[in-house]
Amino acid sequence: MAFPASTAPAIAIRGASYHPPGGPPLVESLSLEIPAGVTLVLLGRSGSGKTTTLKLMNRLLDPTAGELLVEGRSARDWDPIRLRRHMGYAIQDVGLFPHYTVERNIGLLPAVEGWPAPRTRERVRELMAMVGLDAPLASRYPRELSGGQRQRVGVARALALDPPILLMDEPFGALDPLTRAELQSEFYRLQKRLGKTVVLVTHDLREALLLGAQIALLESGRLAGLYTPAEFLRTPDPLAVAYRNAFTPKNGGSAQPSTPGGAP
Amino acid sequence: MNLLDYLLAHPREVLTLSLEHISLAGISVGLAILVGLPLGVAIARRPALARTVLGAVNSIHVVPSLALFGFLFAVPWIGDRAPRMAILALSLYALLPILRNVCAGILGVDPAVVEAGRGLGLTEVQLLRRVELPLALGVIVAGIRVAVVLAIGIGTIAAAIGAGGLGELIFRGLAMVNNSLIFAGALPAAVLALFADLSLGWVEGRLRERV
Repeated sequence: MAFPASTAPAIAIRGASYHPPGGPPLVESLSLEIPAGVTLVLLGRSGSGKTTTLKLMNRLLDPTAGELLVEGRSARDWDPIRLRRHMGYAIQDVGLFPHYTVERNIGLLPAVEGWPAPRTRERVRELMAMVGLDAPLASRYPRELSGGQRQRVGVARALALDPPILLMDEPFGALDPLTRAELQSEFYRLQKRLGKTVVLVTHDLREALLLGAQIALLESGRLAGLYTPAEFLRTPDPLAVAYRNAFTPKNGGSAQPSTPGGAP
Repeated sequence: MNLLDYLLAHPREVLTLSLEHISLAGISVGLAILVGLPLGVAIARRPALARTVLGAVNSIHVVPSLALFGFLFAVPWIGDRAPRMAILALSLYALLPILRNVCAGILGVDPAVVEAGRGLGLTEVQLLRRVELPLALGVIVAGIRVAVVLAIGIGTIAAAIGAGGLGELIFRGLAMVNNSLIFAGALPAAVLALFADLSLGWVEGRLRERV
């Protein structure tokens, strides 16, 4: 594995809460450790605090209580810009820049980091190949792409600076089931190859079981349980049971995906 | 008497006054953009400030334009020269549509795109320059378009304080009850406004279809 430098977890959340001013608490005394190189899935229904937890990690939000450590250093001590460029970020509606071509979308961060243009171009080519985008698509605009292609661009853009940590908020959520399954298994292979620390938000149990080495089940802003995929399928925790039932086909098939989940 | 008589008899004078008119309107809108762009960005970030500032700028439009030109006589340096007064008054009028559209344009950018940019690690300045302003540009140009048409129209009143422009022909025509003279000022002013409106409308359309 590629993380011998530090034994500290990539991300440690210590009793973090987030209470927005004048609203109900979104995250409540949450503690979680994400070891380097592991994929952790934040699973929960809408409003369970998954996305908020993710935003605490890259300081789009700061916790109102408790703290987060990134590679052993308090998130507050990180410059937010450096911290975010240290973590790739891919979100559901992709948020591709509509006025930029695929090439400029993927190459934006290298460009603002001051990479020479040829190096950026080379990196974009490499990333497009990595996520399965044909080279001629480089000059297209996001509106000229299919949903699956847009998501691939979103992932490539998040990987542009080769960050050791990748934050993904329902990255495959907006896709049709077949394209989603395709991208999930591709991402699974990519993740095995790159060995990055990944935090993935989803409400899709199949995705959680396929991609997660650990599954953190969230409910009402609290951690309801932390499981490996195998444990998740056995636990009597009523919430986990409810999830399994929701995903079990009527004919008695199981929610177990064909590829076992896990990280390197 | 034919309406076009004066215009055809004195093309050089009409041309000179038209150029004067264009520079009055142009400089005024330029100043309004210089102030409105940064101010619009600032108020887009602070909704509380937006209400106050837009309210204040809006209240300028409540002052009848002729009176506004008059009030500026009392302002030091500005009051010394008629064109300065005219330019300041026209800039104040042009400010509202520009300010409002810069603010609306930036607030109208898809929040997912802005959040993605911020989450990826763009600084606020990079976000503004590379994402928000380019995406808001169509709406901003729409505001400039309104401002230009407004400045050309109200600019005719600047002649009342001796600031020149096509209004001179109109005021002279009114005093002399000479429709041909009024027309010699009004027609070029209308053509200018129409031309500005159409050409900026074309630019706006091009910018909007990119997004």
